[in-house]
Amino acid sequence: MTTLPEMRTTFARPAGGSGRWGSILLTAVMTPLALLWLAPLALMLLFATLPDSSIFSPTLPAPGTHFFANVAALAGSANFLRALGNSVMIGLIYTVLSVLLTSMAGYAFARFEFVGKNVLFSLLVATLTVPYAVVVIPQYILIARELGLSNTWVALIVPPLFNSLGVLFMRQSFGGLPQELLDAARVDGAGEWRIFFTIAMPLVRPAIAALSIILFLASWNSYLWPLLVGTTPGARTAPVALGSLIGLNVVPWGALMAGATLMTLPMVVVFVFLQRYFVAGITAGAVK
Amino acid sequence: MAATISPSVTTSRPARAGRGKPIDRQWSVPYRFLLPYLIVFAIFWLWPLIDSFLLSFQNTRVNPWTVDVAVNWRRLWVDQAFHAALRNTLIVLVLQVPIMLALATAIALALDSPKLAARPLFRFAFFAPIVVSDVAYSVVFRLLFNGQYGAVNQALTAIGLPALDWLHDPTWMMATIIIAVTWRWTGYNAIIILAGLQTIPKDLYEAAAIDGAGAWRRFRHITLPLLKPVIVFALVLSVIGTMQLFTEPWLITDAQSSGVSIEMLGTYLFKQGFRNLNFGYASAIAYTIAAMAAAMAAFNLLLARRSPT
Repeated sequence: MTTLPEMRTTFARPAGGSGRWGSILLTAVMTPLALLWLAPLALMLLFATLPDSSIFSPTLPAPGTHFFANVAALAGSANFLRALGNSVMIGLIYTVLSVLLTSMAGYAFARFEFVGKNVLFSLLVATLTVPYAVVVIPQYILIARELGLSNTWVALIVPPLFNSLGVLFMRQSFGGLPQELLDAARVDGAGEWRIFFTIAMPLVRPAIAALSIILFLASWNSYLWPLLVGTTPGARTAPVALGSLIGLNVVPWGALMAGATLMTLPMVVVFVFLQRYFVAGITAGAVK
Repeated sequence: MAATISPSVTTSRPARAGRGKPIDRQWSVPYRFLLPYLIVFAIFWLWPLIDSFLLSFQNTRVNPWTVDVAVNWRRLWVDQAFHAALRNTLIVLVLQVPIMLALATAIALALDSPKLAARPLFRFAFFAPIVVSDVAYSVVFRLLFNGQYGAVNQALTAIGLPALDWLHDPTWMMATIIIAVTWRWTGYNAIIILAGLQTIPKDLYEAAAIDGAGAWRRFRHITLPLLKPVIVFALVLSVIGTMQLFTEPWLITDAQSSGVSIEMLGTYLFKQGFRNLNFGYASAIAYTIAAMAAAMAAFNLLLARRSPT
């Protein structure tokens, strides 16, 4: 069974002399920094509830009741609800496909020996350090110009599936399974696909959950690629729709903050409850 | 570093001997598992990588495109706008990455310390930005740093400091980008560094304390050296990310319009590639970014391997 790391909550270090005062001092130093860090999100929430006229008031206004009016304005001017729907669907489909493809590939790397394994693996690791800028131009030429797929879900979903993070992550997870378990199934006559789907995959569920969260978040937040291939109002994702409002002559700030809130708040809530899955996904490449 | 993610048996073992009949495993099985991903990988990463290199030697401003080995690279050499973008990017890089990593290390140390009260709250404050999309926080920062009535200037004037033209003055635009990116990515790096901290065996600290080493010496001679691989990893990722910054300059400053903006490599590439549709020149810019990122990554790795701090 693959387990996720718990963030260690206690760390018994030799107390450096003045334990109690050290604690008060450290907490006192960190508090203003933490408040500063929370301020942008807090102000986003506050401004999302205000009409445009109160946002630029010289004193900090109290929370208003204008949130739904702002959302309505946003829905009107940027077709934002449609864009949110696109983002949800594209994110879900992308996540399922990417988890499937990268789990299979990660399983091959973890459990089999084959010709070309090392070369292939180095290539996959290289994707993490090669800037996206290098591949985005030919991707665009292929999808938008040669195949004419702009403004389709295929264009928005398929090219980002190259992301190799899942392969590295799942390779590590499948590597931890006991070989005896898989061999026993083979002796019983189970086919390789059946072993993969009914034995290996269920055993790495926590890893799949962590990977799904990271992939969905990446899709949900991605901007450059959807900006290139999803330009019509019907094909826009939420970030593209939101970004398009910045270019207007009169920027509807209340609506923008409401949109930023709609994009951010669900993710923050998920983060609060599933923090360790995010942490596992982020540290996957770092500590090995 | 020890694995923290999963028990680390990473390579498969051959089927155990003495199990009775040998298990028949066809040679093609791993390839069948790999194939779907590899197809996508080849079409959308490997081929683009090669194609973009080839494109950088083509003149894409004529129809049909022609091979012209020098046209784009020569232009890079003399293009003032590219030089400005490069300079801006390097300035942001040199200032932002060290500030962020120092801050991330400090925050990771604080979050790892049992002396910090209410740790879950602090963790939330610093880690929450990792889920916020580039676009969402960029529009928020554009509002907060508004020169006339933005919250930042209101806060500055409230404590008697002058209001600054964050979004139009070249220097302060750079500062705005640095602050924004630091806000978004410090927690991310703190998570990486915290994971590294937690792999350091704590008896090392106990032994050092018995030997009379103070907190600073323990940090300097135990924590920092053992943390170096993780910090270098964070450094390499940050350098690559900052080299291709796009959303922040695009949405926070006026890089979209031809108004006052801070041109960076990412925005300049976007304009050349996808506004002017000069794919050849954009590819040359992209490969310049990649080459510099690779050089810096190699340099950092070398540095990490050499000096034993």
